[in-house]
Amino acid sequence: MSDFVSDFWSIWISAIVIIGIVGLTLLLTTQAKAKTVKAGEKVETMGHVWDGDLEEYNNPLPKWWMWMFYLTLIFGVAYLVLYPGLGTFKGIRGWTSVGQYKEERAQAEAKYQPLYDRYLKVSVEELAKDPEARAMGNRLYQTYCMQCHGADARGAKGFPNLTDNDWLYGGSAEKIHETLVNGRIGQMPAFGAAFGEEKVRDTANYVLSLSGKKHDAERATRGKEAFNAVCAACHGPDGKGNQAIGAPNLTDNVWLYGSTEKVIMEGITNGRKNQMPAWNEFLGEGKIHLLTAYVWGLSNNAAK
Amino acid sequence: METQSTYNYKVVRQFAIMTVVWGIVGMLVGVIIAAQLVWPELNFGPWFHFGRLRPLHTNAVIFAFGGCALFATSYYVVQRTSQVRLFAEKLASFTFWGWQLVIVLAAVTLPLGFTSGKEYAELEWPIDILIAVIWVSYAIVFFGTIAVRKVKHIYVANWFYGAFILAVALLHIVNSMALPVSFTKSYSAYAGAVDAMVQWWYGHNAVGFFLTAAFLGMMYYFVPKQAGRPVYSYRLSVVHFWALIFTYMWAGPHHLHYTALPDWTQSIGMVFSLILLAPSWGGMINGIMTLSGAWHKLRTDPVLKFLVVSLSFYGMSTFEGPMMSIKTVNALSHYTDWTIGHVHSGALGWVGFISIGSIYYLVPRLFGREQMYSNKLIEAHFWMATVGVVLYIAALWISGVMQGLMWRALNPDGTLTYAFAEVVKATYPYHFIRLLGGFMYLAGMFLMAYNVLRTAGLGRAVDAKIPALSTHAHA
Repeated sequence: MSDFVSDFWSIWISAIVIIGIVGLTLLLTTQAKAKTVKAGEKVETMGHVWDGDLEEYNNPLPKWWMWMFYLTLIFGVAYLVLYPGLGTFKGIRGWTSVGQYKEERAQAEAKYQPLYDRYLKVSVEELAKDPEARAMGNRLYQTYCMQCHGADARGAKGFPNLTDNDWLYGGSAEKIHETLVNGRIGQMPAFGAAFGEEKVRDTANYVLSLSGKKHDAERATRGKEAFNAVCAACHGPDGKGNQAIGAPNLTDNVWLYGSTEKVIMEGITNGRKNQMPAWNEFLGEGKIHLLTAYVWGLSNNAAK
Repeated sequence: METQSTYNYKVVRQFAIMTVVWGIVGMLVGVIIAAQLVWPELNFGPWFHFGRLRPLHTNAVIFAFGGCALFATSYYVVQRTSQVRLFAEKLASFTFWGWQLVIVLAAVTLPLGFTSGKEYAELEWPIDILIAVIWVSYAIVFFGTIAVRKVKHIYVANWFYGAFILAVALLHIVNSMALPVSFTKSYSAYAGAVDAMVQWWYGHNAVGFFLTAAFLGMMYYFVPKQAGRPVYSYRLSVVHFWALIFTYMWAGPHHLHYTALPDWTQSIGMVFSLILLAPSWGGMINGIMTLSGAWHKLRTDPVLKFLVVSLSFYGMSTFEGPMMSIKTVNALSHYTDWTIGHVHSGALGWVGFISIGSIYYLVPRLFGREQMYSNKLIEAHFWMATVGVVLYIAALWISGVMQGLMWRALNPDGTLTYAFAEVVKATYPYHFIRLLGGFMYLAGMFLMAYNVLRTAGLGRAVDAKIPALSTHAHA
């Protein structure tokens, strides 16, 4: 067992535990032999007095209390025979917490996996129409996805809205499936050092203009130059983005981090890095298929 | 009669007064963070955020309120039961001012965000060193007084205080071992599961020695004194003392069930936690049975009510604790409000009540009065505190079990029935009741402060004379 660097520690632990339990038992048995007081007999104090009037009787240990003590000691011994506890001794039941975890997982897999796997052959479009499959998808969503994308799937700052049919990497069933299986890492480089603050502000104003937001026209004109020279590489010369690399469309007035000049400048200056975890290993194909259909259905309302 | 010197009551008075002051401060912070859980808008800026105020609350109630109560009572008890003036009085005075400095430093550094991240041991290394110095001084004063005692036998209360002082020194020094990287930042000397185990060896024994053994010391003096009855059983006190201080040291791993801690460690932690039930109850039995023959006093004496009800809460918490350490129960209770409810039935019910009762006993004696300014106010305090605790723990029992059941509830397809946020929502009404309970308990402390202030105002600081030995020494 890797818990011990040498046999000594296993013996050390076992010895202290056993000596401890035996010691407690001896303490109890040796102190149990007090004479019980008969009815009408007066209990004597120990004969010591402190602080004027503090004295002590010497009543025997209560019987029920002693039995309770013995019972816990017996339970302790039995438990340490059955379960790991005495150093490297594994206990006669051979129980481990890892073993219990694996067993419970296997039982759950056997019980629940068929419920998901039966949908594997059904297409995403059809599942999105099936109320039962949608309900199961929703429950999966509320367990694994809502922490970031919100209980209503409308997202939050940095976490995309899944109901608006606006997609960073594409909204086809295949693309959604791909996102769930492999996760996504979205990255925008930082341009603060290369641009300087003035140029960042100009570029931000041009970005604002793309969605028809309030902006400084003079700055936007200057910003267009920088945009075409640098930003267009990913976001495209028209600013409509590129789903192949997850570069957002900047013309549709949908904002992942916010639409103020300050927030856009923050993005250009420091860049952005964002991550959606990969779920393949954790959830398995059956659950991912149902989730794909559920998320696809959120933006393809015709299914309802 | 030989020349009569006096007991040193000055340091006892100082600590007794600060017990009330820090009690109010610590509980006020508790009420604030309870309110933050109900109304998250009350989290203002980084300094008054729940995450920084919560350790301030725990440190203030445990070490400021509880600590001052223990310093006050142990200095009082050790002098009177040893029939000698405090040893190394300058050092005793240093423990007072040093301890107050530690508390003020905690109140400043924790909201500023300086923390070692270890629960109940958050203070950074320079403060840790100061604590260690004060604690060693405390040990010198306490054991020095025992060493020069004029009474042959060492009274049972002093065993418990002594065990507490030794164990806390050991726990504090071992758990606080850290590598400083700057004046305000350090890293634990331990890593991973070992760090977790050392932390909870410390954490649970902070409960065992700071919040249990030490307050049992308090109980063994003030309950028989206030009841005017001898301690029920010397034999029981011997058995449960040794069993308690041995067994507590092993119970820590139950804080880490179902974690990366090795299975064997978890088993030993659970087994010894269960064995701890009887030794813990030994103290409760000895306290409550001391009252036999004096039960009628409960009707008229609110101080005795505080002391006896504290023992009931002690018995309840020390039954609940071993139950919660059983792995199958822990699987439900861990990480829920149940744990917080359990801690508070011990902290408010046991530690709070026994301290409040003892301070009510002490204050008139420290200020040369027959009794407190108003018995009615003590009675009112008693009922406000009792209703407060009951509301608090009942609310968290319900919300704790509810959380545990909601977290594990599954749909027929194996998914979770409740999203986490739904469980949070369901706890709101109970968190409000908990706030109400905490507020009532705090309000009671204001009655106490007023009562103490009036008592001190009517009286004057006195130091009792040490009685001549001949009257007792023959025993």
